[in-house]
Amino acid sequence: MPLFDSPQRPVGSGLLAIAIAMGMASISSQVSAQHITASGSSTVAPLVAEIGKRFEQRHPGVRVDVQSGGSSRGMSDARQGLVQIGLVSRALKADEADLTAVPIAMDGVSVILHRSNTVPALSDAQIKGIYTGAIRNWKAMGGPDRPITVVNKAEGRSTLELFLHHFQLRNRDIRAQVVIGENQQGIKTVAGNPGAIAYVSIGTAEYEAGQGTPIRLLPMGGVPATVAQVQAGTFPLSRPLNLVVKGQPSATTRKFLDFAQSRDVHDLVKAQFFVPLAR
Amino acid sequence: MTSSRLSSSSRWHADRWWPLPLGVASALVGSLALFIVTFLAVQAWPVLSHLGWADLVGDHAWYPLDGEFGMGSLLLATVLVSLGALLLAAPLGLGSAVFMHFVAPSGARRAMRWILGLLAGTPSVVFGLWGLTVLVPWLAAHHPPGTSLLSAALVLALMVLPTVALTAASALQAVPHSLRLASDALGFSLSRHVVSVALPAARAGIVSGMVLALARALGETMAVLMVAGNVAQWPSSVLDPVRVLTANIALEMAYATGPHRAALFASGVVLATLVLALALLAARLEPARHHA
Repeated sequence: MPLFDSPQRPVGSGLLAIAIAMGMASISSQVSAQHITASGSSTVAPLVAEIGKRFEQRHPGVRVDVQSGGSSRGMSDARQGLVQIGLVSRALKADEADLTAVPIAMDGVSVILHRSNTVPALSDAQIKGIYTGAIRNWKAMGGPDRPITVVNKAEGRSTLELFLHHFQLRNRDIRAQVVIGENQQGIKTVAGNPGAIAYVSIGTAEYEAGQGTPIRLLPMGGVPATVAQVQAGTFPLSRPLNLVVKGQPSATTRKFLDFAQSRDVHDLVKAQFFVPLAR
Repeated sequence: MTSSRLSSSSRWHADRWWPLPLGVASALVGSLALFIVTFLAVQAWPVLSHLGWADLVGDHAWYPLDGEFGMGSLLLATVLVSLGALLLAAPLGLGSAVFMHFVAPSGARRAMRWILGLLAGTPSVVFGLWGLTVLVPWLAAHHPPGTSLLSAALVLALMVLPTVALTAASALQAVPHSLRLASDALGFSLSRHVVSVALPAARAGIVSGMVLALARALGETMAVLMVAGNVAQWPSSVLDPVRVLTANIALEMAYATGPHRAALFASGVVLATLVLALALLAARLEPARHHA
């Protein structure tokens, strides 16, 4: 409906004459280029929405529309051309080379325990053992005699994908006692259960721990779970937050992609507890 | 005579138009319900056409990303959690209905009604939050993980309690006063009157209230999602975590594509079938009301 976009783009008679001369096809592509649509990862969507607001301020007449619905949906929407930009909170797989990924930030996934849990650290093998049900009591790791409550994520979440990928597990190998959706649900579950173990986004976990929520972020492979370590690229359980596009993006979309990678949005990235990329 | 014939015929004329809008309204409601069920079935078709009912509700696991869509454990969990809630809520609800109708002074009766109304009006997510931050940690301290069939049934019981109590109270109120007089004439004690006369006479109303409560329990999502643990498995005790059909849809729909999405619509079809079966059961119970 190109002509109904007039509040942002007054269609003067001169422009209309040119448009008619150029044919309707070109005006429709020209106007829709001023409307950037994005959908996908619920981790990335709030960040891109903020970046979009700032981009709209700097480029009057451009609308940035962001919807969340998971990385899988971001991939498929971008692939089917339903949106110009897909939001994906993981690195692209080898068989996804039909899409181009533009990284805008990093996110780390941290394993969290209740603050009162005395186990100082867990090896990858121990975490694997806990999540597959081979280790069922904290006593085995020198902790108190208390059964372990394994908290897993629901299928389709990219946090789960990242976790499974890192530990070389399949979801059917995991013996969970609680399955959660949102990060907050995982944090509340661990805060209310001294025997629980979960994994959530590091930014969210670091913030909640700072607010006094009784959780503790476990170091991974000797690297402390902090936003700073994720930024340095040294934290093992971390993931890039990507914008994905199919084919050659329009000029406006290209401008937005460059803007989303620029220093101008680092404050927005940090405000969402993500880690800006070193460029 | 003429005038009376005229007025009756004009009354008849005046009434003639109104079945039309009423008919349109009911046709709209009926077709909307059919539309939603058809929509569910169409969306679920990619999975339903490949798998039989045996694959869906049989002894398979739920690993949607691996193409395994066994909902048997989810269906069982849904039924167990709802029946458990009703089992907990029924004696409490019935007890408070009898208390309100026969025992309580009018002030206490009004207070009871007000409190039950408050309970009925509390949003389910509030019950869920309470369950997650109070009930589950308390249960976890004794029997980890705390998120379980039991906690889900307990939270649901709280939510359906007002339905059971208020419908039972109305059913008791509808019992003819003459029965009370007859009981008095026979010298029945109050407890004898309640157990042998009033409750049997109000049976149909009480039972349909319970069916209503069960339907609400089957459809509840948020509160159960927060306290049930959501592990798709066959429970071996009431302290095991379970996943119900509604929670299954809410947990995974936002991130589901392709066959996974179709399978979630199939869980919707299974749930709708369950509620339909319950509605048919309720309809079979209905004639009993006329005999009572």
